[in-house]
Order: sequence, then structure tokens, then C-alpha cells
Amino acid sequence: MKEQDKPLLTIEGLHTCFHTLDGIVNAVDGVDMVVYRGETLGLVGESGCGKSVTALSVLRLLACPPAEIQGAIHFQGVDLLGLDREGIRRIRGNAISMIFQEPMTSLNPVLTIGEQIAESVRLHQNLSGKEAWRWAETMLEMVQIPGPKQRAKDYPHKLSGGMRQRAMIAMALSCNPQLIFADEPTTALDVTIQAQILNLMQDLKQEFHTSIVLITHDLGVIAEMASRVIVMYAGQVVEEAPVRELFKNPRHPYTQGLLGSVPVIGKKAKMGRRLQEIPGVVPGPLETPGGCRFHPRCPKVADLCRREAPLETVLGEHRRVRCWLAA
Amino acid sequence: MSLLEVQDLKKYFPVKKGILSRTIGEVRAVDGISFTLERGETLGVVGESGCGKTTMGRSILRLIEPTSGQVFFNGRDILRLRGEELRKMRASFQIIFQDPFSSLDPRMSVGQIISEPLRNHLSGSRSEIKDRVAHLLNRVGLHPSQMGRYPHEFSGGQRQRIGIARALALNPLAIVCDEPVSALDVSIQAQVINLLVELQEEMNLSYIFIAHDLSVVEHISDRVAVMYLGRIVELASDQALYENPVHPYTQALLSAVPVPDPDMRKKRIILEGDVPSPIHPPTGCAFHPRCPARRNRCSRERPELLDLGNGHFVACHEK
Repeated sequence: MKEQDKPLLTIEGLHTCFHTLDGIVNAVDGVDMVVYRGETLGLVGESGCGKSVTALSVLRLLACPPAEIQGAIHFQGVDLLGLDREGIRRIRGNAISMIFQEPMTSLNPVLTIGEQIAESVRLHQNLSGKEAWRWAETMLEMVQIPGPKQRAKDYPHKLSGGMRQRAMIAMALSCNPQLIFADEPTTALDVTIQAQILNLMQDLKQEFHTSIVLITHDLGVIAEMASRVIVMYAGQVVEEAPVRELFKNPRHPYTQGLLGSVPVIGKKAKMGRRLQEIPGVVPGPLETPGGCRFHPRCPKVADLCRREAPLETVLGEHRRVRCWLAA
Repeated sequence: MSLLEVQDLKKYFPVKKGILSRTIGEVRAVDGISFTLERGETLGVVGESGCGKTTMGRSILRLIEPTSGQVFFNGRDILRLRGEELRKMRASFQIIFQDPFSSLDPRMSVGQIISEPLRNHLSGSRSEIKDRVAHLLNRVGLHPSQMGRYPHEFSGGQRQRIGIARALALNPLAIVCDEPVSALDVSIQAQVINLLVELQEEMNLSYIFIAHDLSVVEHISDRVAVMYLGRIVELASDQALYENPVHPYTQALLSAVPVPDPDMRKKRIILEGDVPSPIHPPTGCAFHPRCPARRNRCSRERPELLDLGNGHFVACHEK
């Protein structure tokens, strides 16, 4: 096997639940996935489908209790769930890092940008204070922040949204990670700034050969960035496919619904004034429907779907779907 | 005569500083906007954050008092209306807000929220009002039995439906929709857009549809205005704007939208830098520092919004 074909991260049977006063919320319910070296894996789904919790579980960024993580997560052969606090701390922000959605709330407002980037290299790479600061400036330059030496001394509130997101990316890249979880990295940004950040992420990925797990609800961003896509619904994977395959030939009714419900520029004449809609609402965390979790909203629902939960059907390599109709 | 005619609308906010709150400058949030809106038409307004699109929507309704300009609605200048006349005008010109969580009073039941405009503007018996509320709830896809419930018991999409029912209560002629679907999930977004389209066809409503999502705006609009730093830089029919954008900003904006089709990965026009602060707008054309096609003239003279023919307006020296 070539080095590239070896999985970097494998997740098997991940269950993450939260013990709340109202009962147990199964946020992630039996998720399997593999991430390879140098690829961009898209993770799509609507709010509450468990895509962010999956990332937080891998990095063990959830307080346990109230959370409880079960399953197996292996990163380069290391069992992440078996590590002690010190062990996971060595990996987090070092070999695996994360870019969060809202750079205003995820950066520390009382530390300068430079200090925040320098902190992680000081901890993980054993650099001296001065070296770490110089490295922070280099990283800021790499993510194309104008005047990096000056900007390193600025506090987050002095930067615009796009600049803050660049600083986040600089921080995530500072220890040269092998894997980055990017959780809605451009959702809070304007479209022209989003284009800048997506371009930057693509360039940096080429340069550092980092794997990216891109979590988003924006199918446009997925189509531009990802090579393989996993669609989640109500805590489960409902479909996995290479990106072209997913957009050309979606097999799960939910994926089909999602693709039909977004307006696409230039296709108005073809699609008409009515968008295809998925009826109903995303089920709440405590009201997961029995049988197939999508059945109350599914246009193709059959009796079997109401009674029994479908298992994953493997249709090919990296091609699976959780639906009775596809089985 | 157009239903709505906006002429040279301006809204400047003072910038205050110090213990005496001296005014040291102004933010030109909306800086001379003119357009018209016909019966049954949807005018889309797009632009990035801070371009003044929300301020524009609110100034038209006088939820924010504009600095100057004229807004003719049904032939009357809204900016000159006082007291009772203004109140009456608002019955036929409504607004739907962006955030379905903060725009509904959490201490009022859904029935009270939707009946409030009815109670204020119409006289009717209690049961008549109740019937009307039930009808409205039905129309927006909610069940009349939910009348006694409170906003927190509803999901985001359902709350937006409540906001729509409230706006429809008095049979308005026009509605300003300020980012009505941007807080919603993709599958719910389609439901709300479809509802707005149906209502428009049924009641011959006019919409000013403000959004930052260009695909949504294209889908719903008949004409589209692109705003940059408080001004309209291009205004054209939906088809003309999306197929043949003329202003460099519109071109860049459209090229930046990710298309949900992996075979259409295209060359993006990447703009440098951020939107400048409206406190210190660039001289000349406000877009010139980021414009890939700028000339000397662009930093000196501000281009006017000129008609290229067929109602395609653009503010750019190069055209």
C-alpha cells in the first residue's frame, strides 16, 4: 500500500451522547468514516445533524460528563479515545487542529493575535518565546495578512471578519498539522471574502499536503472544495460518495431533497419559480423518529421505513447509502 | 405610476466622540439611492455586510428616520407623513425581519402577535379577529390550534412563518423582506421562499427582497440592485444582471458564489482587501481600491448611475 492510500483517521461506530435534564441526547449515533492523507472530505448536513459534534469528539473537546463518547477513533494507529489528558493535548492543535466558524468568539479577545499563534508553537514545538513570535509573524504572512509584523501585535477586535478567519487559519496551521477540521470556516463571511479564504485554504493544502475535513451546510462550497462527501442526518451518515457522484447521482432521498432545494444561479428558467422542498422540520434532539429517521419527511416513504431502521448499504468503494430503497 | 418611487434617499449616522458627544464625522450608510417598484414585482437588493441594504429597507419605512430624499408610496411622500397618516400608511407597507428569534415578542402568544396589527388598525369583534388569525396561520402553513403557543415553542422556520403571517394581517401592498431566509436551514429556506412566491402570486404583493445570498435573490427577483458602500452600483432585470453583469463589482460578486456542481468549478475573480469603512469612504468611485479595471479617473470622479438601455443601470466610468 502506498503511503497516500493509508487512512490517516478512522472513526468506527462513534456514539456521542449528552446527558441532559430532559433525557439523553444522541447527537452522533453510530458514525463510521475514514480520512485519507491530502484529501478534502466534505461533511454536510443541517443544524443538529451531528457534524460538529463528530469533529469535537475526535479532538475530545467535549466535557465528559455531560457528554459520553463511545466507539473507536484511530489517528495514525493511535487510539485517541484511549489517550489520557496529556496524550490528547499533545495531538490537539499539533497534529490535528481545528478552524472554528465564528472567529470573533473563538479567538481570545484579551490576547494579541501573535500571542495566540505563538502559544501553540511554544507548547508543541518547544520553541523559545522569541522564536515562537517570529514563527507567528511568518504564519500571518503565509495567510496573506498585510503588514504581518504590525498585525501580530493587534487584538482580535481590530481585525475584520476575513482577517480574523485568516488569523484562525494561521493558528491552525502553525504546528504543521496533518489533519484540520474546518467547521463552517466561511459561513460568517461575505461572499467575496469567502472566495479569498477558500482560495487560501486550497493553496495551503497543496503546499502542506494537509488533510481537511470541511464541515458545512453549503453545497456550493462542498462542490468546489471536496473530493469526497459524507451527508449526515439526525446523527447518522445517510450517504457517502465521491463529489461528482454525489451531485450527479444522489441516492438518498434526503440528499436529493437538499440538492433540489437550493436555488442555483442560471438555472431559474429550468427549475421554475417553485423550489423543490423537503417538507417538515429537522427532528429535535429528543424526538428522533422511529424506523428510518428521515421517514416523516421522505417523499418516497414506504411501510418498511416506518417500522425498521435501514442499515448502510455499500454500493462500491466510498459509496454507501442508508435507505431501504437503495438496498 | 409606480407603487413605490424612491428618490435620492440618504441616511447619515453621526459619529460621536468624547464626554460631550461631539459629532466628529458621519457614516454615510445610505448615500443617494433611487429606484422604483411596481405592483406585484420583486426587487432584489444584494450587497455585502455594511453596504447599507438593511438601513435602506428600514429608512424607506421610516423605522429609521432618513436624512433626506423622497419616498413616494402610492403617490404620497412617506417622509412628509405625520402621526395618524404615517400609521395608516404602514398598514399597507410591511416588513419581515431577518432573525426569527429576536423579532417576535417572547411574552406574547402567536395569536396575540398576529392579531396585534388587526386590533390596532381594524375594528372587529373578538371572534372575527380570531377567525382572521386562524385563516392567516393556515395560509402560512401553521395550524390554527397553535394560536395559544409562544414563540419559543416553534422552530426557526415556523417562527419566520409567524412573522410572515403578521406582515400579511392587514393585506399590505408591499413588504420589505430583510434577509428573511438567511437564518434558516437549507431545506427550510426552500419552504419559506416557496411560501413567499405563492403569496405574491395570490395577493399581487410587491417585495423588496434584501439578502446577501445571490442565488436566492436571483431565484425570487424580477429586478436586482447591487449595493456597495451605500450606493447602487448596478440595477437591472434579473436575467440581464446575472447573464451579463457590467459593473466589475457585480462580476466579482457573481464569480465568487460557489456553484453546487463539481463540474463547474470556475475561475473566480478574487477581490483584494475588505469592504472599506463607510466613515472614510474612498474618493471617487467607492469601489476603485479593489477594482481590477480601475483607471486614474476612478479615484477622482464619482460615477453616476446611468441607463445603458433596457433599464440596465450601472455606475462605472468604463461603461
